[in-house]
Amino acid sequence: MSQHDYLIKKVDLKSLRPYGDIMDDGVVQLAFTLPVAYGPEAREAAVQLTQKMGFDEVKVATMEPAATGFAFFVIYGKIKHTVDYTKIKVVKVESPIHTMYETNALIKEKIGRKVVILGACTGYDAHTVGIDAIINMKGFAGDYGLERYEWLDARNLGAQVLNEDLLKLAVDSGADAILVSKVVTQHNIHIKDMKDLMDKAVKMGLRDKLVFVAGGPRVTHQMALECGFDAGFGVGTKPSEVASYIVDELLKRKKKK
Amino acid sequence: MAHLDLNQQTLIECRRLAGQIVSKVKPVIDSNSSVSIERSVLRLIGVEGSVKQMGMDYPVSNFIVDQLREDRVLSRGALFWFANAMIKTGSSVEELTEKLANGELRLSQIEKASLSEIKKTAGELCRKALTKLAERREERNSLRKKLGDPMDATFQSKPLVYVIVATGNIFEDAIQGKAAVEAGANAIAVIRSTAQSLLDYVPEGATTEGFGGTYATQENFRIMRKALDEAGEASGRYIRLTNYSSGLCMSEIAAMAAIERLDFLLNDAMYGILFRDINMKRTLIDQNFSRMIIAYSDITIHTGEDNYLTTADAVENGHQVLASQFINERFALEAHMKEEQMGLGHAAEMDPWHPNVLLLEIARAQMTRDIFPKAPIKFMPPTRHKVGDIFFSHLMDAMFNFTGVLTNQGIQLLGMPTEAMHTPLLHDRWMAIKGANYVFSAAQDLGKEITYKKDGVIAKHANKVLDDTLALLRKIERDGLFKAIEEKSFANVSRTPTGGKGLEGVIEKDKEYINPFFELL
Repeated sequence: MSQHDYLIKKVDLKSLRPYGDIMDDGVVQLAFTLPVAYGPEAREAAVQLTQKMGFDEVKVATMEPAATGFAFFVIYGKIKHTVDYTKIKVVKVESPIHTMYETNALIKEKIGRKVVILGACTGYDAHTVGIDAIINMKGFAGDYGLERYEWLDARNLGAQVLNEDLLKLAVDSGADAILVSKVVTQHNIHIKDMKDLMDKAVKMGLRDKLVFVAGGPRVTHQMALECGFDAGFGVGTKPSEVASYIVDELLKRKKKK
Repeated sequence: MAHLDLNQQTLIECRRLAGQIVSKVKPVIDSNSSVSIERSVLRLIGVEGSVKQMGMDYPVSNFIVDQLREDRVLSRGALFWFANAMIKTGSSVEELTEKLANGELRLSQIEKASLSEIKKTAGELCRKALTKLAERREERNSLRKKLGDPMDATFQSKPLVYVIVATGNIFEDAIQGKAAVEAGANAIAVIRSTAQSLLDYVPEGATTEGFGGTYATQENFRIMRKALDEAGEASGRYIRLTNYSSGLCMSEIAAMAAIERLDFLLNDAMYGILFRDINMKRTLIDQNFSRMIIAYSDITIHTGEDNYLTTADAVENGHQVLASQFINERFALEAHMKEEQMGLGHAAEMDPWHPNVLLLEIARAQMTRDIFPKAPIKFMPPTRHKVGDIFFSHLMDAMFNFTGVLTNQGIQLLGMPTEAMHTPLLHDRWMAIKGANYVFSAAQDLGKEITYKKDGVIAKHANKVLDDTLALLRKIERDGLFKAIEEKSFANVSRTPTGGKGLEGVIEKDKEYINPFFELL
């Protein structure tokens, strides 16, 4: 506690607002384009729209003619709304994160055989950046990929794998877990594909035989659960987090039996 | 312009090895055709339209080639049978197409004319087709002259500003493309729907739904060409249009693009094998024919080496990019392409937090420029290390643009602040173009002011990449291209000669195979 603390407003968690440079000033920056010509009318429309969003003291930092019939705005405003931070609940993967060595040791001791994991970009998705970062030897951000784990048999099936092929392969290879990477989200194709996989898994009687994990920039744990998966991981997830979750989940299921 | 002091003997040896690598697979290319090539031939001579099949519009060129394959006579080439039928029925191309589409005639069941008659008619059809392609080529040349060409063929000036549109709806793409031209773009790519590369036919008509992009169709090409010509007239610059000659319809897209006067095509000798798991033979056969059409139509290709860097580490794998560029160059020369048409690809994909990363990127960009002095090198922006932080992302793009203008890259695909989030919004693109134009103008002549230190970080990195490239090319030459790909020489991906999609579409040429395009192009 410093002697000047009484001069500063403290954060009010029951009515939380953005911080610009003074506590509770509520400053937000916005950027958007209106499909109308650059000019005073466009500017006024942008101001009114921002006010309707719940902002006071709306300042148009810039209006730019992005193209004929399109005005681009950067706007600052102070938001009227607040949220009660003390009541926030987020569904997230609750699993301790082990190192690669710990995960290997756990599998060796408690499962006694290699855990088989299949990873793929499903449907039309051809963006393998995510699945590559998790599975390929090199890994991501200094965290080794699943291929590097002595006690994992992790196979990266690559891009545009059909859901039915993935499930068939899972049966043939005796897989323990499936990792699905979804990057393309146009028209919510990622959600449709994820739900379709789980519908097919249920029909094939695989739902409880495998651990289903989804990942991708627009994937959250909540959304993965809603699609019928066991877990979902977003941007920045490291391979060790995924490996830890899968092994813990397998051990949990083993205990239940 | 500043140049790197690269070992010229090593360069000569790399090119010699690339020549050996390509000549070893040449017999496979020469002795086979593919369903895609045969369909392209039909499209080139004017077979247009579609038939209803399983509730959708199926191209009549596919319908005809499917029938010939079913009847086990495709090894003589679609043109053999088509020319024969024209002779025997006295029909024009249009009339015969109509009769085949409605089931009135079937090519294999028509009485046969003499081989010399068939050859003569086939030759006439091909020459007529090429006259049309030449007209489109000359039309481009005269528009470039009339409107002014923003592309500097000597690369002394700024890189060409190139952006993508990808709304899924071709009419929306046209609006976004025009907006980008107003903002300063000189080339526009319509990103293809991710599903399309594995379709063994080209969809028909104008399309308004796609995933991660818009379907490449001949009608969509026309719509976009018209929009960009209008934008070019208004802005006083010739605007280039890009699409994708890749996937299972590689050569037909090249044919369609030539007919609709597209300017740039993504076209790589090995990309389909590595990244779309298309069969090796099929890909090599198709790329050759597609590039012959491209060569004739004076289209510039963009090769896909940037993709190696998104899947394998960019600091360590520069040699894979360079080795592939040498191989792509050789394959393109074999298909009669000029170096000026080769937009060899690479990318600024190194980890932004790697020490001296800017120096390493400059090293790779400068060496690419120096090794391929006539090629309009295509430089791709950072994507792999981008996340949702659009402000940092915009800064990464600024560094990428700086590298591009400093090292005189030919074609600069601009990075988007919202890379890794969504296909670009109108103002994402506007912001990217404004930023690039600032950097390009601010550092326009910097490359002429500097020299590279002989034993500096940049020169050393470039020479290391070159040495590693030589070692890799030696290995590929020793093992053969097929084996080398199997052993993960590129992008850490393994493919086998009989694996992958589309092998069933490879056709061994009969001794009576007819396709005069092979001689005329």
